[in-house]
Amino acid sequence: MPLPNAAEVLASPGLVDDYLPLPNCFDEMRPGAGEVRPQWRYLLDALRTLGPAGIEERYREAARMFRDNGVTYNLNGDTKGMSRPWELDLLPLLIRSEEWAVLERGLMQRAELFNLILLDLYGPRDLIKRGLLPAELIDGYPEYLFPCHGIEVAGRRPLVHYAADLTRTPDGEWRVIGDRAQSPLGAGYALENRVVLSRVIPSLFRDSHVHRLAGFFRTMRRTLTRLAPGRDGHTRVVVLTPGPQSEAYFEHAYLANYLGYTLVQGGDLSVRDGALWLRTLGRLERIDAVLRRINSSDSDPLELREDSYLGVPGLVQAVRAGNLVVANALGSGVLEHPGLMAFLPGLCRHLMGEDLHLRDTPTWWCGDPRARTYVLANLNELVVKLAGKPPGRRCVFPAEMDAAARAALVSAIQAAPHRYVAQERVTPSTAPTLIGQRLEPRPITLRTFLCAEDDGYAVMPGGLGRVALATGGAALVSNQLGGIGKDAWVLASEPERQESLLISGEAQSPTVTQESEVSSRVADNLFWIGRYAERAEGLVRLLRMTIFKLSERADLVTTKPDTYFMRSLLEALTHQTQAFPGFIGAGAEARLRSPLPELLSLIADPARLGGLPQTLQALGLAAYSVRERLSVDTWRIVSDIETRLHALTGNPPTQPSQALDELDPLVTSLVAFSGLTQENMTHNEGWHFLETGRRLERGAALAGLLRSTLTPLNSELDEATLIEAILGVTDSTITYRRRYRAGTRVGALLDLVLQDEGNPRALAYQLIALEKLVTEMPKGELAVGRTPAQKLVMKCLTGVRLAEIDTLAQADPHTHRRIILERVLKDLESDLAAISDALTGQYFRHEEQPHSLLRRVGVVK
Amino acid sequence: MKYRISHRTRYQYAEPVSLCHSLVHLKPRQGHYQRCLLSQLRVDPWPAVNREHEDFFGNRVNYFSIQQPHEALEVTAVSEVEVTRPNIPDLSRTPAWELVRDLLGDREHPRLATKQIFTLPSPQIPLDAAARAFAAASFTPGRPLLEATCDLMARIFTEFAYDPHFTTIATPIAEVMEHRRGVCQDFAHVAIAGLRGLGLAARYVSGYLETLPPPGQAKLQGSDASHAWFAVLVPELGWIDFDPTNNLIPGEQHITTALGRDFHDVTPMRGIFYGGGSHELTVAVDVNRVEG
Repeated sequence: MPLPNAAEVLASPGLVDDYLPLPNCFDEMRPGAGEVRPQWRYLLDALRTLGPAGIEERYREAARMFRDNGVTYNLNGDTKGMSRPWELDLLPLLIRSEEWAVLERGLMQRAELFNLILLDLYGPRDLIKRGLLPAELIDGYPEYLFPCHGIEVAGRRPLVHYAADLTRTPDGEWRVIGDRAQSPLGAGYALENRVVLSRVIPSLFRDSHVHRLAGFFRTMRRTLTRLAPGRDGHTRVVVLTPGPQSEAYFEHAYLANYLGYTLVQGGDLSVRDGALWLRTLGRLERIDAVLRRINSSDSDPLELREDSYLGVPGLVQAVRAGNLVVANALGSGVLEHPGLMAFLPGLCRHLMGEDLHLRDTPTWWCGDPRARTYVLANLNELVVKLAGKPPGRRCVFPAEMDAAARAALVSAIQAAPHRYVAQERVTPSTAPTLIGQRLEPRPITLRTFLCAEDDGYAVMPGGLGRVALATGGAALVSNQLGGIGKDAWVLASEPERQESLLISGEAQSPTVTQESEVSSRVADNLFWIGRYAERAEGLVRLLRMTIFKLSERADLVTTKPDTYFMRSLLEALTHQTQAFPGFIGAGAEARLRSPLPELLSLIADPARLGGLPQTLQALGLAAYSVRERLSVDTWRIVSDIETRLHALTGNPPTQPSQALDELDPLVTSLVAFSGLTQENMTHNEGWHFLETGRRLERGAALAGLLRSTLTPLNSELDEATLIEAILGVTDSTITYRRRYRAGTRVGALLDLVLQDEGNPRALAYQLIALEKLVTEMPKGELAVGRTPAQKLVMKCLTGVRLAEIDTLAQADPHTHRRIILERVLKDLESDLAAISDALTGQYFRHEEQPHSLLRRVGVVK
Repeated sequence: MKYRISHRTRYQYAEPVSLCHSLVHLKPRQGHYQRCLLSQLRVDPWPAVNREHEDFFGNRVNYFSIQQPHEALEVTAVSEVEVTRPNIPDLSRTPAWELVRDLLGDREHPRLATKQIFTLPSPQIPLDAAARAFAAASFTPGRPLLEATCDLMARIFTEFAYDPHFTTIATPIAEVMEHRRGVCQDFAHVAIAGLRGLGLAARYVSGYLETLPPPGQAKLQGSDASHAWFAVLVPELGWIDFDPTNNLIPGEQHITTALGRDFHDVTPMRGIFYGGGSHELTVAVDVNRVEG
């Protein structure tokens, strides 16, 4: 996205002179030519004062914060596209307090109404019996879940969370254009927008007396605690996410962190004794409430969708038995039926004895013959929605269709009318937005959020504004969270009274800091983060050294064409990456003669198994899967690494020097990553696994490197160069020089990198660290004696300690190979692999994939 | 007639199962023509949790979970049921099917609103043009509803082949329609799809059928099986059952276990288990008369 250079426009005293509202739209800022609504004046003045340079700086700052915090929205559920960054417009949407109060009243009424409908549909179904709601509309809708009928829910408001999408009609009236009741998304993004904006323009934020958002999240916590008090006065809540492939995984992780809940996936949980349990390392934790971020129908393969494993078998029964609270209640997705809107005015009068405060968009449900006739006659003026598709992906605009597509739509409506709903096309209001270098009007919708309380609903004062980049109304109504985010400021009417409360913006620390449980899956991911980070670092070091030696040799104008050290290094590289054939298998000789293309491919080819890009990608994915466990600073480094990865694969180096330029900063980032996890992570259970992964990987890589380089006996000159290279890769050159002044010898090298227990790069050091880590891991049921991993570590360490360096350095006179060294290193490598397997078996073994018993049971004629 | 029914289901697993959740529709429901005198469910190994609830359709559902490792699971339902059947109504004196259709579709006076759910497509019975066309041949203009339904049943009986090897629980109706073969469950689905396609209310019934040995022979143990048929709604009369597999209107030999929109709603036994590898299933059903 190009940086806005709002300079000229904003600097001029006539800041808004060029700003022309679109015809037939309500503009949030400008009621007519030359006028500005009063609540905008202060903001515009402040922007003028800030000046063009100031605005640009703030914009950069905001973009940097979003990037650093890893705020993403994954639109297509594509795991590789996980870094689509969130964008925020610097200008908030301003709403006056009095106006907000009216809106709030309408939203509360709407939430209550939806809640009453939900209670009825899963209880007496009086609305259907009386014909106020057609059975076809509800009973034919996939998110109306028959197994959930009759379940008694905790509290009077099973609709705990609700969100409404709003815009304004050209006459300035707020209209609801969509409802979210399944698991409303966006509150976390709204909060993050606020956090960033209040930091980027702190004084403007402070002086504007903006209603704060934190209270809303406190309500969320309070409500869940009230619904599920827990048995010891402590409510254990999990946020159930579909996982990192989910488009809104960022928000799931963010909310879990902010609210102090554990982020889990279905596989982390199981139902036992009719209750829900979280599998943590070596034990089970009872869960009282689930903040559900998966669809109801995906929540339980036993009673709901059999083919979905996002949920937990037996979950519905746990709720039925009263042992678990799920928010929103299972089945709440039925309220998202787009046709429901057509019946709301009548339902509101029936259930609440009053008219809707907040007007609906006129809606026609095609299951009703008269409505269908109207819809088919007026297609071009309408938006058509197909019930059963997820909201946001179900709108079509007949006016923009060609004749064939429209005819197909008409016959589809006639074939299954009850599945189709049409709505009047709304022309959304526009709000000033920084586009490129200008302030321009852009269509805006506002998602508002509500949460159940003791005696009603609390409304988040503000919301998630979204502006469409296109100016047409069509794109806007159908989008999900696309476009650009916009903070929404509700301006307090009594600034004096509010002032003392507004000390430091929204950037308060989370309300709760209790440490959440480490599930087996999280431990598994952390373990692999440790491994991948170390693997990447080792690989970059080895690549860098190889290229360096390669160019050095080229500079020297080789006098000895058959330099073996180069071959050893290149072979080590293939061993390390497992990227066969490489420098070992078929065609190796040709590649050894001209190694550069193979090296560059390992550096930058994303399709290369075991290559650098794949290793970094794997690191990023593992990090993303446990992002709620990584500090902001650590996450920034992950973002850095990802940026470098994109640079590397997007623009692959063609020259050795270029490759070195790319690799140097990568080493720095990877070292920083290790340092941060070492220094900035609490040394808790999770950290133990990350650190174990790192130590195991470093040990195994070192054993492999030594084995492939030192086993063949080389000429003295080659050996010296090799030792130098190994010292470089293991970052031990300085120590070596200081300790062994008399040249380079294999024995001395082994002393330093194999047996020295004080050298953080030595094998012995890794084993000592592992011994401590493995001993401190939770034992669970295997309480007696040493675990298999402990025994293996002990065996390795003893082997290394007892090894005689002189014997290891000896070569066999017949084969000219150091066969004893080779055997010792080989054993170490396989033992280290066995430790990894033992840990996996003990801690990460997720229960097997559940299977269905379902089969046809008996038939008779 | 009074029956004692024993329905034993046994799963034998290749490897141990560590955890199993199961949901069964095995206890017969109470009905106008049927009284369930007793019903017991025995689960082996002993389940950690075993609870009963009533589902949306008024059926008795049992949930149980087994939390200790096991290599076999045996579920036995033993029930005593007394069945009385009213006389079969005079088919030709039932209302014309179009009248019933219009009554069901009347949005202004939704007298049958609670029955409307049985006019809608359901998970295993989607709208199917072939099934609708097949049924339409029996539903000529003005024909009494039950007479037409009876004709539909007879046509399914004669035109569809009974073939337990052709279909599975997942065979879609379209395929059954195309090949004209299947089992009781498929025939019930075909009839229901046709009736719903015409705007009528039809539901799925699962249960048992008493079979009698050939004259002079003793009845074999475990030789019975579960069965399925359908029912159609006639205003004033209520639900009338039809068994297209045997081309008859069920009398006292049909014992109802559960009712629903289709097989999916009343699956006798469903479960999710962890581990186990492959499994072998054996089912033995005995329906025996109890004298006195």
